[in-house]
Amino acid sequence: MLEQIEGSRAVAQSVALCRPEVVCAYPISPQTHIVEALSELVKTGRLAPCEFINVESEFAAMSVAIGASAAGARAYTATASQGLLFMAEAIFNASGLGLPIVMTVANRAIGAPINIWNDHTDSMSQRDCGWIQVFAETNQEAGDLHLQAFRLGEELSLPVMVCMDGFILTHAYERVDLPSQAQVDAFLPRYEPRQVLDPAEPVTIGAMVGPEAFMEVRYLAHAKQMQALERIPEIAAEFRAVFGREAGGLVRSYRIEGAETVVVALGSVLGTLKDTVDELRDAGMAVGVLGVTTFRPFPAAAVREALQGARRVVVLEKSLAIGTGGIVAANIKTALAGLPAAIHTVVAGLGGRAITRASLARTLHAAVDGTLEALSFMDLDWGLVNRHLERERARRRSGPVAEALLRDVGTVAARVS
Amino acid sequence: MSHQPVKFYQTGTFTVGNRLLTPESRTVQASEARANALNSGHRACQGCGEALGARYAIDAAMRAANGRLIAANATGCLEVFSTPYPESSWQIPWIHSLFGNAAAVATGIAAALKVRGEAQTRVIAQGGDGGTTDIGFGCLSGMFERNDDVLYICYDNEAYMNTGVQRSSATPPSARTATTPAQGAQPGNTFGQGKNVPLIAMAHGIPYVATATVAELHDLEAKVERAMAIRGARYIHILVPCPLGWGAASQDTIRLARLAKESGLFPVFEAEFGEVTSVSKIRRHVPVDDYLKPQRRFSHLFGPQADPQTVAHLQRLADRNIRRFGLLADGDAPERVPVPEQADERHAAPA
Repeated sequence: MLEQIEGSRAVAQSVALCRPEVVCAYPISPQTHIVEALSELVKTGRLAPCEFINVESEFAAMSVAIGASAAGARAYTATASQGLLFMAEAIFNASGLGLPIVMTVANRAIGAPINIWNDHTDSMSQRDCGWIQVFAETNQEAGDLHLQAFRLGEELSLPVMVCMDGFILTHAYERVDLPSQAQVDAFLPRYEPRQVLDPAEPVTIGAMVGPEAFMEVRYLAHAKQMQALERIPEIAAEFRAVFGREAGGLVRSYRIEGAETVVVALGSVLGTLKDTVDELRDAGMAVGVLGVTTFRPFPAAAVREALQGARRVVVLEKSLAIGTGGIVAANIKTALAGLPAAIHTVVAGLGGRAITRASLARTLHAAVDGTLEALSFMDLDWGLVNRHLERERARRRSGPVAEALLRDVGTVAARVS
Repeated sequence: MSHQPVKFYQTGTFTVGNRLLTPESRTVQASEARANALNSGHRACQGCGEALGARYAIDAAMRAANGRLIAANATGCLEVFSTPYPESSWQIPWIHSLFGNAAAVATGIAAALKVRGEAQTRVIAQGGDGGTTDIGFGCLSGMFERNDDVLYICYDNEAYMNTGVQRSSATPPSARTATTPAQGAQPGNTFGQGKNVPLIAMAHGIPYVATATVAELHDLEAKVERAMAIRGARYIHILVPCPLGWGAASQDTIRLARLAKESGLFPVFEAEFGEVTSVSKIRRHVPVDDYLKPQRRFSHLFGPQADPQTVAHLQRLADRNIRRFGLLADGDAPERVPVPEQADERHAAPA
């Protein structure tokens, strides 16, 4: 059914259609509207049977999900940013134990300085934690990916993180086609756990493993993710057959045919990128877009195939691996090893800095002109940066960086672009 | 009312021999039908109080739950010695997740059971003092506050024994640990630090809180049974001497647990909805020296460099417990502490 609905509510309703049995959450912006909506669905009895648990921290949220999942329940939680970091130990534990928990991450920057706005630093910090990570481009896809996440995660006994851009998607009202319960029930079978805490058949879960078998346990986790590479496109195809629309999959290309320059990106910025590419194509530039929907497992073969013919690849990243550069770019480079394409990393949109069509067009022109550096920072205020570097050279006690920069900017921190 | 006119104790122990009791008053441990939930073959040290405490408590809980029990275990000695891959001593469904989240994992299990209509299956969370009073304290407090249907059992051996005897917030003052060495002007652990988690649990107003020691099996089993008869958040704090960490002989585990109680240093009591409902009276009052001397962690207080002032300070702490908890048979009644409103709410409408 078509609805004009906030992204968070669309996700909450999609999750509810998956009939989760235990939902636990600790509030953090911009995840709050998702769990508020779910608490309402549980409280009013529209989502039943389901236990909604208000926990005291994100660490507890993931831990409650671990217990619920190990006891055989379909478990869900949502978080963002600092919350994701606070639950990091439990995140690794959930995947290590092979528990198919589904979690929404409303992508947000990581402090300090504290910042509530969107980028991908939170999810990227957990990219190697053993969870499957998928990134939604639109609110429609954000909802749909949850249906696929429960299906995939439970099939493989692996947890799945559905990443959606904080505020840009979570707080945006868009038209979303919400499926019917019958459709979802047809697509998502009842959860049959591989392991369950059951007095009728007692098992020990979480035993200590030494050097004699630890590598094998870790390898099996990797092997499962490799299985996911096979299953993700198949599940996306089944999804299309049931619901009649595209969602999920490994990668999605846009006007990539004959493109000499291809921009690779994740998440909602793909929309702006497509508009920019349309514009530039009209102006005669051979440019295209490759969206990476599944970031873990990393779809190296699909990426390589899609970028075969490109002369230049521009990786647009909403995160910065401080001290080296791009995280996504490093993965893309590995996938394209041996191919002649020049690979550029463009770090953009950190802490909610707007990524505009004009800036994207400028970047693509620079790439085509051969003036784009290997690593660049979109719309970075060099004046501000250099001024502070000068201040630090001049004075030992230069003070807190964030406060100094805000003074220089001469405006309140609420300005986001 | 039936009563026992003559008491038969094992010499010097105050322990009644099982043979002298009627079958129905014998312990779960004395029964051939006990669950052996923590089975033999585990790797605990000789004389381990925690292994004993866990077996006593879980077997009693198993009987109370008719064998339908699930346990979540914090990282620590109990977890490590019971589940060296690929072996497990646990005869019940058992999960170890992390050091600091046993209470929250148990909450998740309880929620899953509730949703699935399997309320007859009961949930226990357990950990050592580090996993309970320190790193797991946030999750523990959250579980209490929500009154989740979980019995949390803390096996308190008063330090981080698994990592090599480092100080926890349950380490008693002046005790030597690897991080509170018996050196300097004030050797051992600092006076005025640490926390009393049973009292903090009571301040949450939860339905049941109790302390116990491995020296009194009947009392320990009765408290587990009482706890299992109640729904909602429950907490039992069991003192479990650690021969390795305390520097004590392995055959002294039970004796030390008893002396901790008999000296007044470890008050044994139970509380419901934030109010003390019973205290185990001291039966043969001993000075704290009797408890401290057999333990090398307190050896800096005695011998050539004796520190009678510190011993007297510890004696004052024991005397304070005796006074405030009313631990002597002819002493005052226990003090009443203000009870939080949540206790009344929960009392009125049990979970």
